[in-house]
Amino acid sequence: MSKPCSWNRIPDVTPKAAYHLMHRLDPIPEELPRPLTVYGNGRSYSDVGLTKEGSLLLTRDMNRLIEFDGYQGIIRCDAGITLAQLLEFIVPKGWFLPVTPGTRFATVGGCLANDVHGKNHHALGSFGHHVRAFELCRSDGSHRVCRPDDQEPWFAATIGGLGLTGLIRWVELQLISIENPWMWVASHRFDDLEAFWAMNASLESDWPYTVAWIDCLAKGQAQGRGIYLAGRHAGPQSDLPRYRSRNWEMPFDPPLSLVNSLSLKAFNQLYYKQKVCPSGKLVHHAPYFYPLDAIGQWNRIYGKKGFYQYQCVIPPHNAQAATSELLSTIAKRKQGSFLAVLKTFGEKPSLGLLSFPRPGTTLALDFPNKGQATLDLLADLDAIVLDAGGALYPAKDARMPAAMFRASFSDWEAFTPFIDPAFSSHFWQRVSL
Amino acid sequence: MNTLNRVLILGATSAIAEQTARLLVAQGAHVYCVGRNPEKLQLMMDDLKVRAGSGQSIDGQAADLNEMDRHESLIEAAQTALGNLDAVLIAHGTLPDQKACEKEAEQALKEIQINALSVISLLTLLANQFEARQQGGVLAVISSVAGDRGRQSNYVYGAAKGMVSLFMQGLRNRLSRSKISVVTIKPGFVDTPMTDGFEKSGPLWAKPEVIAKGIVLAMQKGKDEVYLPGFWWGIMLIIRHIPERLFKRLSL
Ligand SMILES: Cc1cc2nc3c(=O)[nH]c(=O)nc-3n(C[C@H](O)[C@H](O)[C@H](O)COP(=O)(O)OP(=O)(O)OC[C@H]3O[C@@H](n4cnc5c(N)ncnc54)[C@H](O)[C@@H]3O)c2cc1C
Ligand SMILES: NC(=O)c1ccc[n+]([C@@H]2O[C@H](COP(=O)([O-])OP(=O)(O)OC[C@H]3O[C@@H](n4cnc5c(N)ncnc54)[C@H](OP(=O)(O)O)[C@@H]3O)[C@@H](O)[C@H]2O)c1
Repeated sequence: MSKPCSWNRIPDVTPKAAYHLMHRLDPIPEELPRPLTVYGNGRSYSDVGLTKEGSLLLTRDMNRLIEFDGYQGIIRCDAGITLAQLLEFIVPKGWFLPVTPGTRFATVGGCLANDVHGKNHHALGSFGHHVRAFELCRSDGSHRVCRPDDQEPWFAATIGGLGLTGLIRWVELQLISIENPWMWVASHRFDDLEAFWAMNASLESDWPYTVAWIDCLAKGQAQGRGIYLAGRHAGPQSDLPRYRSRNWEMPFDPPLSLVNSLSLKAFNQLYYKQKVCPSGKLVHHAPYFYPLDAIGQWNRIYGKKGFYQYQCVIPPHNAQAATSELLSTIAKRKQGSFLAVLKTFGEKPSLGLLSFPRPGTTLALDFPNKGQATLDLLADLDAIVLDAGGALYPAKDARMPAAMFRASFSDWEAFTPFIDPAFSSHFWQRVSL
Repeated sequence: MNTLNRVLILGATSAIAEQTARLLVAQGAHVYCVGRNPEKLQLMMDDLKVRAGSGQSIDGQAADLNEMDRHESLIEAAQTALGNLDAVLIAHGTLPDQKACEKEAEQALKEIQINALSVISLLTLLANQFEARQQGGVLAVISSVAGDRGRQSNYVYGAAKGMVSLFMQGLRNRLSRSKISVVTIKPGFVDTPMTDGFEKSGPLWAKPEVIAKGIVLAMQKGKDEVYLPGFWWGIMLIIRHIPERLFKRLSL
């Protein structure tokens, strides 16, 4: 493979070695330079899966199915299988992932290690809530099967554990049943943040999937305007449309980022002005859940310098004020994002000691890397988030200071005893100083 | 269109063969898998069993294909397990350390043994059976673009693959009247364990999933010879036509 890197291409670090685990019984070679870091499919916008001093364990070849119970929708598979490979098998059989991030190229192991969330967090919680069991393999050669109701907290340490507790070999998941591969999706335009909050409050209880896209360059009156999408799996249909996937590949790195204030402004405006369909229509699950997957290597549009993602969660009582403050800070600096994604998390407590999802509102943005100017802006956003009692998502962070991490993840001290002594990551070295 | 209902796969644990097996099983095929490493073979067959429908048979056994005296019984076991054979895919192979082969003939001969002679042994048995039963069928082998022309960087491997390609050509000629498809598959650079340690970025590298699709299609259509991905046909056309006087001076 080409050099393993993170999806946002920051930081640019080279491991001492990269070892392909070919199947789940492969032992971890003694002679690999330590520390070890597991690399799934590199879909984190972060250094959680990178190392400079040690070796990467690559899991993508470890992608076999182990058991499937087609009556109860329970599947056991290798941790290196991608969601795409899993969907290809389960969707025709009438099953779907209970929770999915916005890319189907993440591996199951990566989803577990980041305890990822989807548009249905308010209904079904995060990925960890649907994990029935997994096997954890430690660098001393021991391995244990972990389940949610175990006495020992290995389950809680490993869900959202950023790959630090050891290698996850396989995962057993509870799936949800579907009638067909289609979604019923209603879209609404809203004029400002206030309208978003009202819309969200009224739609969340009826729709298992909700998310809003915000024009983050709009200022003043229009600040916070955007499109709200509410979806559910389509019921039985007598007649289904035909679906043809259209894929496109970003073939090279443009010499300069194609994302600049002009293209951002145009894109955000166009997106906001799109036709909406409040009564709802059928949309295939692929473009609904994974719109960005249609452009292979889309991360290249930012050029070689890469970009930063910024995703925070703000507790409910501060959510409205902090969200508008974040948006006005961004608009003022004209460093806007392609789209800002806004969504509320539900009350369900996450199962992992270091899980990111928690009650509140989450805002996600990406910023082209303009060096110090971008870092300064992100530091200002940090201050707003900290002040509001919020947290940043490690899977989408390439720069948060150690203090920010500790303030965001109060259980980090309870977590540290579970770290495998031979494991670490560029991220962990950065935030555990 | 050839039916690929009951398929014997030799070297089944190869990355390319495993992906091919997944596709065949998804299309409803019964398969018999022969692989060298029993552990890997078991994991692979477990995966295929999950993918298979209830009536589909997934079976196999571990064997080192260098043990040529076992070839006959392997084929027999597959036939017994599947009832009959519609198609066979031979996929095993090794990428030699060219430098080591240059130092010692023994090393070179070992590589020729596994990459060519073991294949010829299997093909001879299979061809005779397929010919005798008069039901058509598909004999497919993964050769390589490397067999199209000798190059200093890996001519031992190239010679072995070239022998397989040439052998297949003759066999195809012999079996054409028996309606047996003899399919030579020539992949270019594929991202598999065989090519570990290569710098694999760039447009010439393909994933085993992509090659597998091409293999299934070529077997169904009864193609004679396919380059996978297809653009290698053009590249090899040029490579084959560079005059030797010039070619010998290139560092390829
Ligand atoms: C377009 C896009 C949309 C996204 N949308 C969302 C979203 O909606 N919600 C969300 O939560 N995330 C989202 N993400 C982030 C992504 O889902 C996560 O970063 C995910 O963890 C990536 O999985 P991966 O397999 O690529 O893991 P990597 O990025 O390679 O690794 C992630 C972490 O998992 C660990 N890990 C991986 N496999 C194992 C294993 N077998 N054993 C132990 N540790 C392991 C690694 O060490 C690392 O710490 C999105 C990403 C993209 C590119
Ligand atoms: N990768 C490429 O770029 C490329 C290009 C052109 C052609 N090919 C050809 O494609 C085929 C498949 O290779 P691959 O790329 O998928 O690599 P691979 O995953 O390394 O597969 C090679 C397989 O051959 C098996 N094998 C080797 N010696 C054997 C023996 N004596 N008996 C039984 N099995 C044996 C190996 O078994 P173990 O697992 O036990 O080692 C392995 O499963 C090979 O014929 C190769 O020459 C590959």
